[in-house]
Amino acid sequence: MALKIVKGSIDRMFDKNLQDLVRGIRNHKEDEAKYISTCIDEIKQELKQDNIAVKANAVCKLTYLQMLGYDVSWAAFNIVEVMSSSKFTYKRIGYLAASQCFHESTDVIMLTTNQIRKDLSSPNQYDTGVALTGLSCFVTPDLARDLANDIMTLMSHTKPYIRKKAVLIMYKVFLKYPESLRPAFPRLKEKLEDPDPGVQSAAVNVICELARRNPKNYLSLAPLFFKLMTSSTNNWVLIKIIKLFGALTPLEPRLGKKLIEPLTNLIHSTSAMSLLYECVNTVIAVLISLSSGMPNHSASIQLCVQKLRILIEDSDQNLKYLGLLAMSKILKTHPKSVQSHKDLILQCLDDKDESIRLRALDLLYGMVSKKNLMEIVKKLMLHVDKAEGTTYRDELLTKIIDICSQSNYQYITNFEWYISILVELTRLEGTRHGHLIASQMLDVAIRVKAIRVFAVAQMATLLDNAHLMTGNVQRKGICEVLYAAAWICGEFSEHLENPMQTLEAMLRPKVATLPGHIQAVYVQNAAKLFATLLKNQEGNTDRTAAQETSQLMIDRLPLFVQSANLEVQERASCILQLVKYIQKLQQKDVEVAEEVIALFAGELNPVAPKAQKKVPVPEGLDLDAWINEPPSESESEDEQPKAIFAKEEPKHSRARHTEVDEKELAKRREARKQEQANNPFYIKASPSSQKVYQEAPGVEHIPVVQIDLSVPLKVPGLPMSDQYVKLEEERRQKERVEKKKKEKKKRKEKRGGRGKKHDSGPESEEDITPAHMVDIVTEEMPENALPSDDDDKDPNDPHKALDIDLDKPLADSEKLPVRSHRAAEALKSPAEDGDAESPASQEPKKKSSKEKREKKKDKDGDRKKSKDDKKKKKKHKREEKGEDLFGGQADEPVVQSEEISEVAAPPASNAAEVSDLDFWLSNAPVPSNAQEAATLAAEAAPVPEKASGTAPDSEPDEPEETDKKSSKHKKKKQKREKEEKEKKKKKKHHHHHHHSDGGGEESVQNGTVEEEEPLPPMSNYCLLAENSYIKMEIDIQGNLQDGSQVVVSVIFENKCDNFLKTMEFNVLDSLNSKLQRPEGSGPHDGLSVPFQLPPGVSNEARFVFTMQSIVMPQKLKGTLTFIIKNEDSSTHEKLDFKLHFTCSSYLITTPCYSDAFAKLLESGDLKCSSVRLEGVNMPFHHLLARICFHHHFSVVERIDSCASMYSRSIQGHHVCLLVKTSGQTVSIDAKCDEPTLLGNVLDEIKQTFSQC
Amino acid sequence: MIKAILIFNNHGKPRLSKFYEHYSEDTEQQIIRETFHLVSKRDENVCNFLEGGMLIGGSDYRLIYRHYATLYFVFCVDSSESELGILDLIQVFVETLDKCFENVCELDLIFHVDKVHNILAEMVMGGMVLETNMNEIITQVDSQNKMEKSEAGIAGAPARAVSAVKNMNLPEMPRNINIGDISIKVPNLPSFK
Repeated sequence: MALKIVKGSIDRMFDKNLQDLVRGIRNHKEDEAKYISTCIDEIKQELKQDNIAVKANAVCKLTYLQMLGYDVSWAAFNIVEVMSSSKFTYKRIGYLAASQCFHESTDVIMLTTNQIRKDLSSPNQYDTGVALTGLSCFVTPDLARDLANDIMTLMSHTKPYIRKKAVLIMYKVFLKYPESLRPAFPRLKEKLEDPDPGVQSAAVNVICELARRNPKNYLSLAPLFFKLMTSSTNNWVLIKIIKLFGALTPLEPRLGKKLIEPLTNLIHSTSAMSLLYECVNTVIAVLISLSSGMPNHSASIQLCVQKLRILIEDSDQNLKYLGLLAMSKILKTHPKSVQSHKDLILQCLDDKDESIRLRALDLLYGMVSKKNLMEIVKKLMLHVDKAEGTTYRDELLTKIIDICSQSNYQYITNFEWYISILVELTRLEGTRHGHLIASQMLDVAIRVKAIRVFAVAQMATLLDNAHLMTGNVQRKGICEVLYAAAWICGEFSEHLENPMQTLEAMLRPKVATLPGHIQAVYVQNAAKLFATLLKNQEGNTDRTAAQETSQLMIDRLPLFVQSANLEVQERASCILQLVKYIQKLQQKDVEVAEEVIALFAGELNPVAPKAQKKVPVPEGLDLDAWINEPPSESESEDEQPKAIFAKEEPKHSRARHTEVDEKELAKRREARKQEQANNPFYIKASPSSQKVYQEAPGVEHIPVVQIDLSVPLKVPGLPMSDQYVKLEEERRQKERVEKKKKEKKKRKEKRGGRGKKHDSGPESEEDITPAHMVDIVTEEMPENALPSDDDDKDPNDPHKALDIDLDKPLADSEKLPVRSHRAAEALKSPAEDGDAESPASQEPKKKSSKEKREKKKDKDGDRKKSKDDKKKKKKHKREEKGEDLFGGQADEPVVQSEEISEVAAPPASNAAEVSDLDFWLSNAPVPSNAQEAATLAAEAAPVPEKASGTAPDSEPDEPEETDKKSSKHKKKKQKREKEEKEKKKKKKHHHHHHHSDGGGEESVQNGTVEEEEPLPPMSNYCLLAENSYIKMEIDIQGNLQDGSQVVVSVIFENKCDNFLKTMEFNVLDSLNSKLQRPEGSGPHDGLSVPFQLPPGVSNEARFVFTMQSIVMPQKLKGTLTFIIKNEDSSTHEKLDFKLHFTCSSYLITTPCYSDAFAKLLESGDLKCSSVRLEGVNMPFHHLLARICFHHHFSVVERIDSCASMYSRSIQGHHVCLLVKTSGQTVSIDAKCDEPTLLGNVLDEIKQTFSQC
Repeated sequence: MIKAILIFNNHGKPRLSKFYEHYSEDTEQQIIRETFHLVSKRDENVCNFLEGGMLIGGSDYRLIYRHYATLYFVFCVDSSESELGILDLIQVFVETLDKCFENVCELDLIFHVDKVHNILAEMVMGGMVLETNMNEIITQVDSQNKMEKSEAGIAGAPARAVSAVKNMNLPEMPRNINIGDISIKVPNLPSFK
């Protein structure tokens, strides 16, 4: 047997393997295709053999050929064969090949289902792994449906390697088989707290991907993610979560408020640029979602902008790019804060990296204002001249036009300047955007009446110099401009200074080389010009001149009549005949000018681009219905319109409206309505539409001021637009002076009024008046226009199917198909159905009922549903207790009693279930007084079991008591559940250590600095006291809202095997510091701890202390008394402790900005002190992180090995540090307005570092 | 999500292509060509991100790439991925290759594209990042290779010998051709310290 194997392998060792194939291809460079085709023939032979090794080798080679672009789908079946080999080596080859070339329409895929299922359940983890990897690439809806259950089981595999792969692939399964999402989601959610970081990261990955598409369904997970964000140290996970929050905040502004603080802390503390960048991004998203109402709103923006500036100034091009990208997001909502960095962004325009320049251009778009538009465009024009590469130049050109034309030319104060910019742009070499410039010229000339005189003069010059544009083939794109020029000159010919010259320019023989559609416009507008000329000349009774003009037309037009372009030809011959007729009349001395001009009478009004779309289809009109009998097939083919007319056919239809005022418009409408009413063929619109039309804006009339054209238009040497910049500046200067004069006068009149603030100061936006009154004609909209905006979502988006409400409890029908014959599944009786519920599929239900409690808006009060829910809960409870009941049989009476008991127990009331999320979100962004008091009260209240009636009124300083009551109950309820869960699962307590209270609120402050990866995990919780029964750890935090309070959080951990109850916490008050006790209790009474501790469990309680002075550290003695209860007896025990209030614990992390910081230092109110630390052996950023973390400072600025830090005490003392390091020596210079406090803080810092 | 991972050399020859979405072979080649065209004309000292090409992606997609000596590593990703994070991932990928091949050079990728695929499969799965810890990746790759070796057993021995002989006899023995190593030294990344 062994011999046979060896023989087989000897046979095949002379087969070509992958390496030989590659080598062969490299040796046949000149006839590669031929060589490969012989190789493919060989491979086909190999695939015919029985030996699996040979086949695998062949498939391996095919995979390579696939990469080179050869279609290998013909070997799909052989790939499946290799996949099903029992050897891992071949299996892997097979799966790799499959993942590279299988897709949904590969038909052999359906043969693989069982093989994959077998591999998934293989005892070898790598078989499973390879199958999962392969499947992730070629999963089809069928595979997803059939394997979803198997994969879900793998999500709880013992090996993290499999778990993480199974979790990840679930996303693909969801995409292909959306029904699986709800049943699988609870387990997926569980994996967020998997002990293995890889699995956790995978779960975060999947949920983030899901939530990105349908964020609203995942809002209820926000608290969980918040917890992860404050506890995770994995930057990958953090980035994903932070990105997810960015997607969630627009839906829930309160979430944003909650996020600001931890994100700001992360921004201050992290050294990972990627994380910093994402934090900034999310903060921006938050700020966008919050309309206003955040007090330190502008501070956050400043922080972001400041950080982004650092990124943009960085030498790393990647950071620069991202900085600009993020900046553009701020720009949309807070343009002011970005505008101050204009210098920096203009600098980026000089960058050698094109992507960066493009980003900077994007930014400029939003930064312009009336004041700086000219300046910015001038800079851009310089860049246009310098730019090499047409793409970038074209990009610049479009940006200039975009910038100027945005929001209806809002920022243009001087249209003469703009027209000259447009004219300058026509001098660009080889741009593709001629039509863009042309449409701008048309738009401005039509809509800004005041500019027409100027525009016409400029256009005439352009026409005169048309040879500059037509001469060069490269400049083809730009000749589109002539289209606009000709039209403007024709349409507004009355403004022309020298119409004869222009007419001649338009009829030059060279024009025949222009594209057809431009020639057509030339011809048409030559006719218009001709009409104007006639009128002028006849007015001057200059008959001969008029006849000469006609002769000119007759001489030149035949050139166009010969044109190959139909449009040109038609127009030219029409006009030629017309002119000939006119000439005849002229020879008879008939005055024709009036009639000719009547041909072109009237004026065009601009129409809004969406106008046509917005006309509602009248009722009863079916646009798709045939008006006539549908023509036969052959006919329609013949009649297909051919592209005779160029695409850029005149956009401005010849339909004319004469200039009418509001009254006349109304009259006409009335007339039209009459006509419509009388017209039996007119389909009437619904009556409501009339209202709409009355509101439709008419053409407004603003007095048009004549432009003084005494200004010399051409200055040798200087580009024209520069002239206008100068003029504009002068004008503004003049205006300012005048204004000041006026104000002075006013002030003189007022004398002592409040006019002072008007003085000097930078010119504000509103101060700049346009150079001349500009009549921007509003675009016309049709009557009955619908105000709707198109909501276009891609209906084919696969993620749409995943828009599933995850909070609804699972219905029985929602189960993943379990492995079984599909026919049998359908026949299954309900009883079997119940039986088939494996523990695995029950799990999700249990979860979902819990989710239901967390759900936000589930107030529907649907009795049946809630009963179902309760049944489940009931069932679940029984299981917990291990009672031997028939879980599924809960009948009506039981449910009722359950209901009664629930009514009796207030914490479980329906209202309490409503919104855990709401409660979580209702907390103020900073762990504020109110919130902490609320938690405190919740915890200090009597033990929940007895709580049914007593109102928790024990807390005197609780601000919104009534509002909070229900939430307190919720909180308690939730806590109790948590405890139960802990009991049940016997989870190690440390896992829940800091977060055992579910809500993330206590971790807001202490969880933030931990993220720095290489840092050893730091915790503010330090040991207070412990004995063999109990351990106490404390954390002390200042309370910003109340300058005299500090909050002490104590974690009690039960270390023994017995129940601990009736714990009482008491402290011997000093003169300076007192424990806050409920009203009515004596000054020496203890506070009872609001919970009992089962064995091995820990929980946290908080106590508030009032401080008189905070400049000195304090020590308080205290005792904890408690009762240890075992089966038969109970013993009293006590534990003494010393509470140490350090000065650092009075400090509160407060962000400060460098300018404010500098001001503070300059103010001179601060006392100085300094300290040196020797032998500090840690990286500088660790050192800073430690100071931030343990002493509640924030870094203001860091430059190399020097950093400035800031913090504020609860009573408002400023503490500033300057930390410098060289070698192992760290020197800290400090300033504070309270020297004693400062001294103590410095001592404490010193101590922190002496300990490590 | 990662839509595609491409490795090609300075001349645009594909060394590895992994698409997490199905395209026909022709389109794949076109994408590779287009991507090469976009990436290769960029200078060394410019940023590593660019807007995606016409064929792959659209506005939501970006190309994030790194250039090592003779090879371009290009990831096409959508906006759910962190740009700097992906840059780091590429770095991890290359460093992992370097560990697995011992001083990786282009020839390793040319002749052992299957191995590169296997390594990549431990990092990215179905377009989502699976693992970023290099040691973990290497452990998994190594133990799979070990399994492969033990499966080959006696039967594998002659084949290995022959392939060794083949390599010896051939003039273009991979290691001897100096196409240039992939230098692992990268301009230091500010992210993920």
